[in-house]
Amino acid sequence: MNDDQYTVVLVYSTSHALRAEKVLAEMGIDCKLIPVPRQLSSDCGVCVRVRTADREATEKALNGVGLEIEGIHDV
Amino acid sequence: MIYFDNAATSWPKPPGVVEAMVHFLEAVGANPGRAAHQRAIESGRIVYDTREAVAELFNAPDPLRVVFGANVTEALNLALRGYLRPGDHVITSSMEHNSVMRPLRALERRGVDLTVIACSPEGLLEPADVEAAIRPNTAMIVLNHASNVVGTVLPVGEVGRIARNHDVLLLVDAAQTGGAYPCDVQGDEIDLLGFTGHKSLYGPMGTGGLIIGERVDVDRLRPITRGGTGSNSELEKQPDFLPDMCESGTPNVVGLAGLEAGVRWVLERGVDEIRGHEVMMTERLIEGLRAIDGVTVHGGLDAEYQTATVSFNLAGMASSEVGLRLDDDYGIMCRVGLHCAPAAHRTIGTFPDGTVRFGLSAFNTLEEVRKGIEAVRTLAEEGR
Repeated sequence: MNDDQYTVVLVYSTSHALRAEKVLAEMGIDCKLIPVPRQLSSDCGVCVRVRTADREATEKALNGVGLEIEGIHDV
Repeated sequence: MIYFDNAATSWPKPPGVVEAMVHFLEAVGANPGRAAHQRAIESGRIVYDTREAVAELFNAPDPLRVVFGANVTEALNLALRGYLRPGDHVITSSMEHNSVMRPLRALERRGVDLTVIACSPEGLLEPADVEAAIRPNTAMIVLNHASNVVGTVLPVGEVGRIARNHDVLLLVDAAQTGGAYPCDVQGDEIDLLGFTGHKSLYGPMGTGGLIIGERVDVDRLRPITRGGTGSNSELEKQPDFLPDMCESGTPNVVGLAGLEAGVRWVLERGVDEIRGHEVMMTERLIEGLRAIDGVTVHGGLDAEYQTATVSFNLAGMASSEVGLRLDDDYGIMCRVGLHCAPAAHRTIGTFPDGTVRFGLSAFNTLEEVRKGIEAVRTLAEEGR
């Protein structure tokens, strides 16, 4: 899997996305907050983009702190 | 010039507070939690980092259960009006500020049962009196952590354990203690904690909020304000998750930037160190004022069990006159009168005349305390 493959994690709000960013940074997982892709949701908020290679580690890290994932999609 | 009105609003602020606010206005400036451009995210990050700082100070496990508002009054209104329903019973103390009493009296008119536990004339609360007042329909106990009139600390930890044993929620008004006195929502079994930014957290006015514990049924909590949150934008229904459900409309990010810097300053310096300095000044102040003929100092008179807020009266001189003379002749700024807490004044026996209140902060010095005592001594001698 190459580094150009991305996965986006949808969470409930920007506050949740910012918490996710902190948690992932602590785990050494690169991420970026981006607008929620229009095809995934009509929400006006942000979501968390990670490398697809980090998808599993990301889910584990967020579940570990009880941060609920609304959806997770490879894009 | 001596500023002794810190129990209302602390001044001065740590330098980092002003810097953080200027930085936000000059270099960030965007609306948080709405758009997803870099400045909007940076703005949201400031809000989130402030949640983390507040959660750390009060030992709250989840920063997303820290919701911000304009001040502690708004937070207490959210907890009381948002949670209590007709038929519920609520217990409070006779030392409360009107930020608790007025919402409770309004709820009482709408069918909430209210018990006000009488405190001693020193302002002390007996936890057993609270336990004895619990009924099958008791939903909440509401206490200030420390009195804004006499600084007396109420035993919230003991009441927290009683509340938990009876499956009742404990709401604490930490306006006078947050940052100045140890306050641990997990250790003290506090379910809801209202805080304000502009006092001993050393932030600006217009900031405050509510910490919502795990035992609080969020589905039962009704927001006071509904509106745009940047989340669930496809729906016309208010979000049902924290913090968004309780934070509608654009927040005071410039204020929260300052609050974060204030709380970080408190955390760096340490609550224990700030407390140590304030206890030392409070001890000296109580001792010095009590030694003056004609001065009555109110409260428990023990610096170990109160905040750095000391209330007193001068025989033969109204509190308003004392305040005017201290300001005009000595440049000492303090507060006089009823301090928005009529029940507390009835409890300590100073209703309706009120008191003169010296509220100290981490920035006051023993030299200022000495000057304050000397000024009161001179006024007392004049009056004889």
